[in-house]
Amino acid sequence: MALSWLLLILLALAVIGYFSGRSRALASAGGNARELHSLPSYYGYNVALTTLLPALGVLIVWLLMQPMIIDNTVSGLVPDQAIPEGSDRGLVMSEVRRVANGLDGAVASEAMTEAQAQNPDADIEALTAALKDAGQVLTQDITQPILMAAQKYRSMTSNGSVAMQVVVLALALLGAAFAYVRTHKEFRARNVVEQGILALLLLAASIAILTTVGIVLSMFFETLNFFQLHSWKDFFFGSTWAPNFRGGSELSILPLLWGTLYISVIALLVAVPIGLFAAVYLSEYASTVTRSVAKPLLEILAGIPTIVYGLFALLTVGPALVSMFGNGGALGVGWMASSNAVLTAGLVMGIMLIPFVSSLSDDIINAVPQSIRDGSLGLGATKSETVRQVVLPAALPGIVGAILLAASRAVGETMIVVMAAGAIAKFSGNPFEAMTTITTRIVSQLTGDTDFASPETLVAFALGLTLFIITLGLNIFALYIVRKYREQYE
Amino acid sequence: MTDISQMPDAAPTAKPKSGSLFEKDARTKRRNAAESRFKMYGIAAIGIGLLMLVVLVTNIVTAGTGAFQQTYLELNVELKADKLDKKGNGNIEDIKKVSTFGYAPLIASALENEVVQLGIQTDLKPKEMGKILSKAAQAELRNYVIANPDEIGKAVSFRFLTNSRVDGYMKGRVTRESIANDKSVSVEQLDFVDQLRDAGVLYKAFNLDFIFGSDASDQRPEAAGIGVSMLGSLFMMFVVLALALPIGVAASIYLEEFAPQNRLTDIIEVNISNLAAVPSIVFGILGLAVFINYMHLPTSAPLVGGLVLTLMTLPTIIISTRASLKAVPPSIRDAALGVGASKMQAVFHHVLPLAAPGILTGTIIGLAQALGETAPLLLIGMVGFIASNPPDGIVAGFLSPNSAMPAQIYEWSKRADPAFYERAWGGIIILLIFLVTMNTIAVLLRRRFERRW
Repeated sequence: MALSWLLLILLALAVIGYFSGRSRALASAGGNARELHSLPSYYGYNVALTTLLPALGVLIVWLLMQPMIIDNTVSGLVPDQAIPEGSDRGLVMSEVRRVANGLDGAVASEAMTEAQAQNPDADIEALTAALKDAGQVLTQDITQPILMAAQKYRSMTSNGSVAMQVVVLALALLGAAFAYVRTHKEFRARNVVEQGILALLLLAASIAILTTVGIVLSMFFETLNFFQLHSWKDFFFGSTWAPNFRGGSELSILPLLWGTLYISVIALLVAVPIGLFAAVYLSEYASTVTRSVAKPLLEILAGIPTIVYGLFALLTVGPALVSMFGNGGALGVGWMASSNAVLTAGLVMGIMLIPFVSSLSDDIINAVPQSIRDGSLGLGATKSETVRQVVLPAALPGIVGAILLAASRAVGETMIVVMAAGAIAKFSGNPFEAMTTITTRIVSQLTGDTDFASPETLVAFALGLTLFIITLGLNIFALYIVRKYREQYE
Repeated sequence: MTDISQMPDAAPTAKPKSGSLFEKDARTKRRNAAESRFKMYGIAAIGIGLLMLVVLVTNIVTAGTGAFQQTYLELNVELKADKLDKKGNGNIEDIKKVSTFGYAPLIASALENEVVQLGIQTDLKPKEMGKILSKAAQAELRNYVIANPDEIGKAVSFRFLTNSRVDGYMKGRVTRESIANDKSVSVEQLDFVDQLRDAGVLYKAFNLDFIFGSDASDQRPEAAGIGVSMLGSLFMMFVVLALALPIGVAASIYLEEFAPQNRLTDIIEVNISNLAAVPSIVFGILGLAVFINYMHLPTSAPLVGGLVLTLMTLPTIIISTRASLKAVPPSIRDAALGVGASKMQAVFHHVLPLAAPGILTGTIIGLAQALGETAPLLLIGMVGFIASNPPDGIVAGFLSPNSAMPAQIYEWSKRADPAFYERAWGGIIILLIFLVTMNTIAVLLRRRFERRW
């Protein structure tokens, strides 16, 4: 029985529960709804929710826990000597899963009977041949322990899902029966239902916490694995980034961090002056008409997906820069060899960040009280003197916060650097050279066939965690500054 | 303010000035110049920003419109029975046995006939002539024959795709000079193309297949379309809408209406504002680790992409929903409570309907953001996958591997043939059309339903 059927049955039970609960409540009041404590529908909702919620909760938890429990049990079955040299338990387990899937597929396509698939004394060669005939993909030769484990895996999975269905349906029926029996005209159905809904609302709000916990845990454990395979000294203090899938890689974050910061700094050098002047003009000088036209237009730049900027950098800005600074270019300097360069990525990222800086600064400049401006103008200062010597200093903390937020955006930006920054990790001050960033390396280490037992793959999680911490730090600091500043004038 | 008193001119030792206010002294002129300079900087900054927007948009439009046009060659192909149905029994299984290579001679002879009929003089060998067509032409012919086996033995008029170089030549991307080192097309072939064009059988037409078709392999940029990945995006958006909207609204209602002032609420609020600023690639790592590695959901599936994008858009939706809940005046709640509604009833029956337009606007904007997001999709395997077949059925739409629009665009941008770049820009036009439409709807909704209390 597929999961969708189970869900449909649960829904059907809930609907039946709604109507039966409602009619039972009405019946207990002799058909007079005014005798009831709550509106009749609340009695229905009470039965429906009691049917649905515990069952669904158990279903979700079961679905999450079952693979982990089965994996642990089955992986305990694989003896140490069954793990080939140079491999590890994780790889063997993925092979086990593959064989189990293969057996499932073969049984489903009727190439094999269930008894054949579960026969522990099966002839391995015959089985392999049968699986291949059934069109199942196997990467390695099946060995006896792997087959045993795969069969155990299959039987546990199928037993587990049968048990899950029984438990979930039993819970639903129990819940329905319990709520149905409780239904009576004196029963405070509305209060109970509202409690239930409140719990659901709280649950939805907690998903934010769950996500953060998920992010941190998923990266934290893989990072720990990484540091078991690779020295942390090399990661934090090494000087070379040279992943080598045959082993002996040097995986240091420092060159990547340098590339990230260099590109971010160029982006900020573009975005901050333009964004800041635009914000000052919009808030201090522009007429309402100009403002109502220019501000949304500028903000379009922020709504354009980063893939568009990436393509713009790769196919337009990069070649344009090469035709200017490259060999035989318009300036005849020959500084730039390829269109992938720090400058390309930085410039385009800067364009992307302009509206980010300008909108935030605009809000902050607007928050500076008019009385301060009036005081300065009254003393005879010109408008620009007021802006430079009064408004901007007053808004400075907020503007710094805005710039930090933009910096965090720049550090975490992926598509532009993946497409335009290049793949060479090095320390260099030359903006016309290709360099690579943390996000680029995360993408390149985690795309394609990934093997979660090699430090070359796991390093991506360590990089991700570092990136998460850097951006989180920048954001918290920026928000703190902005908030503190706002309080000053409120 | 202190600066002014420190300025040397204002010092008491300076000679009292004579002259009228109409006569500007040097310092006033300097200050006025600084003033107008400062203003110019501001105008220049906005100018640069808008200029960039214009450059970007013009660039997209000029580079991308080519993808909506494609060069076709019209040919009358005789579907010879002795080649396609050797046994002559019309059995579809036998017809299927003829591989695409078996169709090549038919196209070649059709082209030869065409050349003779049109009286085109060329030194090209028939084989060279055939090369101006796409490699997809034979497959197209085969599919047609398998779908209409009754047509065997008749002559049917076809509109074949030409190969990407010829297409590029017709669009001006490829010139006689630029193909000097190009092995896949020769100057003679381009001359031949010119003759065919003058004869009116080779022409550019609107490329519907680009919008609705599927992706094609590296060798056939002329046949690549974005349709299948559009479906992938659509299924992802279903997932996002189905999950992010209810969860986001529920979370906002809790935080805005019910949450007590305590530690837990604080933690949730801080978490939401931080999640809104987490780089999208980190959500991709989360998706890879949790949904694919741990829960063993299928790689590249729109379901997984949708789940990741849901987590990413949730903060956006929560923030905008809270703002629109906050905008509903407390008097509405008080009135509801006053006539005996419970707090829950006041919120669900009165506050929520009034906040609905704002919530909808925020949701559409969140969806638009999710639609354009690429980075997390790279990590869950929606790139590098050739979306060649549309999913069959709704379940397959969620679970079978697919691409998404931005992932497809990225994929094209990595391929070697420049003809794919045109496709990538074309894909961006389609993506932006979706985004502009969604945002316009959001703005219109806001205008239509916005209420000042």
